[in-house]
This record gives sequence, C-alpha cells and structure tokens, in this order.
Amino acid sequence: MRLTPACVVISKWGQKLDNLWAWIDGFADGGGEHAALFVELRKIIGWLPALIEASWITLALTVTSVVTALVFSVFLALGKIARVQSQRTKSIGQLVTRGITTAIRWISSGYVFFFRGTPLLMQLFFIYFTLPLINPVFNIKSRFAAAWIAFSLNIAAYLAEIIRAAIQSIPKGQLEAARAVGLSYMQSMRLIVLPQAYKRMIPPVCNEFIMVLKDSSLVSIIALTDLTYKTTMLASNKASSLVYLPAMAIYLVMTAFFTVIFNRAEKKLGGYE
Amino acid sequence: MSMIRCEKCNKYFGSLHVLQDVDLTVEQGEVVCVIGPSGAGKSTLLRSLNQLEPLYSGKILIDDELLLHCEKGVIVESASRRDRKRLLLEMGMVFQSFNLFPHKTALDNVMLAQQIVRGTNTETAREIAMNLLVKVGLEEKADSYPLRLSGGQQQRVAIARALAMQPRMMLFDEPTSALDPELVGDVLRVMKDLAHGGMTMLVVTHEMGFAREVASRVIFMADGCIAEDNTPAELFDHPQNPRTQQFLTSIL
Repeated sequence: MRLTPACVVISKWGQKLDNLWAWIDGFADGGGEHAALFVELRKIIGWLPALIEASWITLALTVTSVVTALVFSVFLALGKIARVQSQRTKSIGQLVTRGITTAIRWISSGYVFFFRGTPLLMQLFFIYFTLPLINPVFNIKSRFAAAWIAFSLNIAAYLAEIIRAAIQSIPKGQLEAARAVGLSYMQSMRLIVLPQAYKRMIPPVCNEFIMVLKDSSLVSIIALTDLTYKTTMLASNKASSLVYLPAMAIYLVMTAFFTVIFNRAEKKLGGYE
Repeated sequence: MSMIRCEKCNKYFGSLHVLQDVDLTVEQGEVVCVIGPSGAGKSTLLRSLNQLEPLYSGKILIDDELLLHCEKGVIVESASRRDRKRLLLEMGMVFQSFNLFPHKTALDNVMLAQQIVRGTNTETAREIAMNLLVKVGLEEKADSYPLRLSGGQQQRVAIARALAMQPRMMLFDEPTSALDPELVGDVLRVMKDLAHGGMTMLVVTHEMGFAREVASRVIFMADGCIAEDNTPAELFDHPQNPRTQQFLTSIL
C-alpha cells in the first residue's frame, strides 16, 4: 500500500470542496424549484469562518478553566476527606494536628458549598463588575481572564466532589492492605488509591467538561466574543435566525471530539480489568 | 519468648462490647487457630493487633516490646514512631477478601512494598518476589493482573505479598472463607508449608480440619471473650465449655 502525503489529501479535498461550492451556486442562481434553500445554505457556509474563529475562545476558555480547576480540586477533595489517621494520644502535637485538619476540612467544605450553591452567572458578574468596585486592585481588564477565574473557581467545586467520590468508592480494604505492608497514608493514596480512582473519575469529568463547554456561552453576557456571542451578533446584524444552526453544529463537533478523547483515556487507564 | 501478647484488651463498636478483657499470648513458632461463631470478635481481635482497628483499652506487646497501651480509647503509652513501624512490619496480614492491588500485576503486588517501605532495589525485590511466587506455586502467573486470577490464586499472591516484608509472624483473617470449595485446598497447603517452616501464625478460620491438623493450640471465642484455649485434640474431642460444645455440634 502506498501512503498518500498529507498535502495531496488536502489539495484533493480542496478540489472537492470547490466542486461543492460550484454545485451549490448552480442551484442557488439557477432559479430552480429549491433555489431559495440553496441561497440559505450558501449564507450558512459563509458564516462558518467567523463562527469557527469565535469557537476558539469557547474552546480555550473551557480547556484552561478545567485544567486549572483540576489541579485546585485535587487539594479541595483531599482537604474534604482529611482525617488524622492515627489513634488519639495525649500529645499536644497531635491535638494541634487535629485542630488544623478540622479547619482544612471545614474550609474545603465551605468552599464547595458556596461555589456549588450560587449561580455561575452571578459569580461571573461578581468577579467582573463588583470586585473592581470593592477595590480597584481587583479590576480585571481582560474579559477572558475574568471569565477564566470565575469558571475555574466554580468548576473546582464540582470536580472536588467528583474526585472525593472516586477516592471514597475505592474499597477500604485497599487502604488497609497498603497500610498492612507498611505504606504510609500518603504513599497508599499516591500509589494504590488514586491510580484506581483516576479511571472512575473520567466519565463524570467528561460530563463536567461538556457542561462547561456549553455553560461557557454565559460569557457572552460580559461581551467576550465566544461562539454564542458571535452567533447572537450575526443573528441580529443579518436578521437571520438560521445562524443558530451552524453554531449548534460547531458545539456538537466540539463535544463529539472530547467525548472520543475521554472514552479513549478511560479504556487506556482501565487496562487491568 | 512470646511473639504476640495482648493484655486486657477491650473494644467497642458503639454500645457493642466486641472484645471483653481479652488476654492472649502466642509463643514463637506456635500456630494458633481462632474459631467461634460469627460476631464473636475473632476478626476484630486480629485487626486490633495490627492497628487496623483502634483499641479502647489494653496493652499489646509484639516480640516482648510494648507496641501500645490504651485507656479509654486514648493511647497513653506507645513505642516510638520508628519502633512502631518496625513492630507492625513484624506482622504480615492476609485478608478474607485478598485486597490485592488490582492495577498492579501479581509480581508488582509482591514487589511494591519492599521497594517503597524497605527501599530494596528493583533486582533484589524482583528476586525475592519471584522466589515467593514459586513458593506459592504461581511463578507462571507473575505478569497476570489480579482480576485475571482465580480466588485461590489471588489469595496465594496475597500471602506472598505479606511474606515479602519478611514478617516474623503471620495473621490470617478467614483466608479461605471467600473461596470456592475446590480452591481452598491450594491455599491451605501453602499455609501448612509455612507452619512447617516454623512461622508463627495466628489464624482465624472455619476450616476445622486445618485447625485440628496444623494448629498447636486452638482458641474458641464467643461474645468477645476467649471461652476456651486448648490443644486441638483436647478442644475438639473433649470440649469443656458448654458454648464450645454447642458450637462444635452445630458445625459438625
């Protein structure tokens, strides 16, 4: 079998696309029975470059927010399940450790309670509009940065619960077996519990990721030019509601792409089953 | 010299008094089987020795060294952190549900703790692990993941994993209770070999044949107390305590 170089493939596809345009033009300008339909189709295709450009913002915001939130949420999750492992003793040191552990647990739980319990839209408003009024230091010029911060903080609360649930779904016997052969709590977590928990996190994290991808349309309210903002602009400027169709199609393509990626990751991590 | 000694051990689950002033001594080289009805506190006793369950009150001595002394759920006296770790590592533990690490191969299961806890280098750890897998008859399964092994094979890997830390005594918590009947024999054979090799063993079991044949002493527990403690021949053939008699007639 002969391998076809990539550039040849692209130019072949380009040629096919050119043929397609000519074909659509033929119908649209030919004045046939369905000419009006093809005129609309030509409009839709004409909007695509602008929509695709705006969807990069959607994509960038989603990926950066989820990645930031993932790092943050591991600490939140471990904070929420933090317990002093050893049995109570009389030492002052242990008393202090117990106090700190309880404080960490309360702070983590309070964080999750707040950010899950209030609307993302209001959190976004608060960070973009209210914080600068409280203190000019918090004046975030970039709309993207404001959206990124609000989304990261919000997603972290949800991911923390996903990670906590995944950790606690690993049978207790695993931790006991690890402790029985002499591993410390942190070693047992790192080498035994977390590697098994990763796999269980993937489906809910994928779920969350797709939700964020769509929730990112909220940023159109602070006039960040994401896919939704661009779509509504086009709809009002060109006075055509048809623009929602290609916009939704682009959202679908993005979610489909990430679903495939997450499914592959799940299969790869679960090789031992 | 006693390997394990517990004195006046008490333990509660809520209001349930699961261990009531339990005194137990296991001498070096002894194989002690613990039998009794479910809920008698057999597993809890084993798990308390290994610190998997906190004790309410009592003393535990390993190898004649104080591991810990509890009163009212608080440790009032204990070995230093380092000594405690060392003493706990003298006890290998085998669980009813195997608890192998499913994301590691059989060989990795046996190698892991040696490398992490003892800092053994990879080649030595692998050599020790392979020797142990040969000993339990599973050298050809070294690269298999636990979920691809039968229950009996998993339990034998679990025994090898515990032995890899070179413990001086082994605790078995109903090692054959989760197994299909035809797989029990393989595991018991490995345990018999261990006993004949001079390992000190404390075995919670329902395998009366094993207890009679291998044990140097059999302990009958009921309602959180040690009701009878005797040689297998005496305990099985001439039980003194009425609870023991009742239990033995109900299972035979």
